Amino acid sequence: MRPILKIENLRVEYRSREAHQPLKVAVHDLDLSVMPGEVFGFLGPNGAGKTSTMNVLLGFVQPTAGGVYLFDADARDPLARQRIGYLPELTYYYKFLSVEELLRFYAKIFRIPKGETEKRIDWVLKVVELEHARTRLIKTYSKGMQQRAGLAQALINNPDLLILDEPTSGLDPIGRMKVREIIRRLKHEGKTVFFSSHELGEVETVCDRVAIMNEGRKTVEGSVTDLVAEHKMDLEHIFLKIIGYTPEAPV
Amino acid sequence: MNASLAIATIVIKELYRRKDFYVLFILTAVLTISLGSINFFNDDRIVRFLKEACLLLIWLASLAIALTTTARQIPMERESRTIFPLLAKPVSRWDLILGKFIGCWLACGLALFVFYLFFAVISGSKEHAWPVVQYFQAAWFHWIFLAVVIAMALLGSVIFAAPSSNSTICFVVVLGILFVARHLNQIAMQEPEPLSSIVYALYYLLPHLEFFDVRDLIIHNAGLIPWGPWLLASVYGGVYSAFFLAACWVAFRRKPLN
Repeated sequence: MRPILKIENLRVEYRSREAHQPLKVAVHDLDLSVMPGEVFGFLGPNGAGKTSTMNVLLGFVQPTAGGVYLFDADARDPLARQRIGYLPELTYYYKFLSVEELLRFYAKIFRIPKGETEKRIDWVLKVVELEHARTRLIKTYSKGMQQRAGLAQALINNPDLLILDEPTSGLDPIGRMKVREIIRRLKHEGKTVFFSSHELGEVETVCDRVAIMNEGRKTVEGSVTDLVAEHKMDLEHIFLKIIGYTPEAPV
Repeated sequence: MNASLAIATIVIKELYRRKDFYVLFILTAVLTISLGSINFFNDDRIVRFLKEACLLLIWLASLAIALTTTARQIPMERESRTIFPLLAKPVSRWDLILGKFIGCWLACGLALFVFYLFFAVISGSKEHAWPVVQYFQAAWFHWIFLAVVIAMALLGSVIFAAPSSNSTICFVVVLGILFVARHLNQIAMQEPEPLSSIVYALYYLLPHLEFFDVRDLIIHNAGLIPWGPWLLASVYGGVYSAFFLAACWVAFRRKPLN
């Protein structure tokens, strides 16, 4: 079986905004593969290089070295993104549109035929439970509803690979649960999900495999069950141990 | 092309759902109607003067709509971060630029059509003359002029971060070209070398936007522009628009978005 997402020797450098400052290396020689049908958690503290990796994956930033491949095609080629769905960390959609109009717009970009578009809109709005608010402007939505509208746009093309950046960030417990349920449902449908998160409990319950990044380098990669058995502790403690965090003794 | 057309429809939808656009639109329409309705003592010179004022107003309003709309397209996409879910789809940066261009150009074209229609109806009902082909040629050249301006503003929007600075710079450049470009060859003749060559180069490189200002056709009821030069001037405007769009793509294609 060939990986759906493959990262080879990826290096990402940023020029400092101040003169005479050295280049900042955000990602050091990263190798990563995600197989079809997997739910893959991409973890790390802030500044670990997760967002930089995702930015290269989606073509927002050019890699300094190495390659990123989606379905065996170079990720820089827009056609490589035909079969992916992406949910950004915070919802950024055209506030002057209703969710129905937004989905129609993205369906047009994916060249989904008109008849099929309406069926898909009905289906995704049912999945994210936004049928009742389909004609309301997105700017009138609550944060949880906006996040679900984001998931709806990520699913409009029935993607084989979903890339979710902190999908539950800023949501209340019910909102988080709903997003987790959707991810599980997608997994049962055989979709591949690649997502970054700070919610380690959530990652443990949803993911098949994880990779933990720290200071731009991948420090651990493996199946959640293997890692938990090997370290004899839960994922949260493994994560804290890897990033070198020692909790202070209670006073 | 499919993605570009989808983006263009969003641009048009956004423009026509904004309130500030209607304020400018209604203001220009009211001024056009008021000025066009005045006819002192049946004096032809006054009628011509009022027609000139109305058309100048239409030119300024369309220029303001074109610049303010275009200058904020890409910066606003970046600032509101709507560019991320958009470019995560099978949309290239060229598709984005082309879509924004088509959207702004069509939206401005629609506004222009309504402005000219207002003006033609008011002016025609007063003068009992309907020089439709003259109006078509003048409006068409005006639209081609806006294509060059929109492409130029799109290029500016990937270079300057703030839409206001881009609009101001483009406004000054466009007015500068309209008023000064036609005289550059005469200035070049009076200058010593190498300044003379530089000014000559500028004269040939700058888009001569004044070619597209054919308001006199309507004001003085002049004859039609022969169709050959009309087509050539249209191609000239198209080439400059394409040049600015290509430059915009070169500047934007590898720009990190983070």
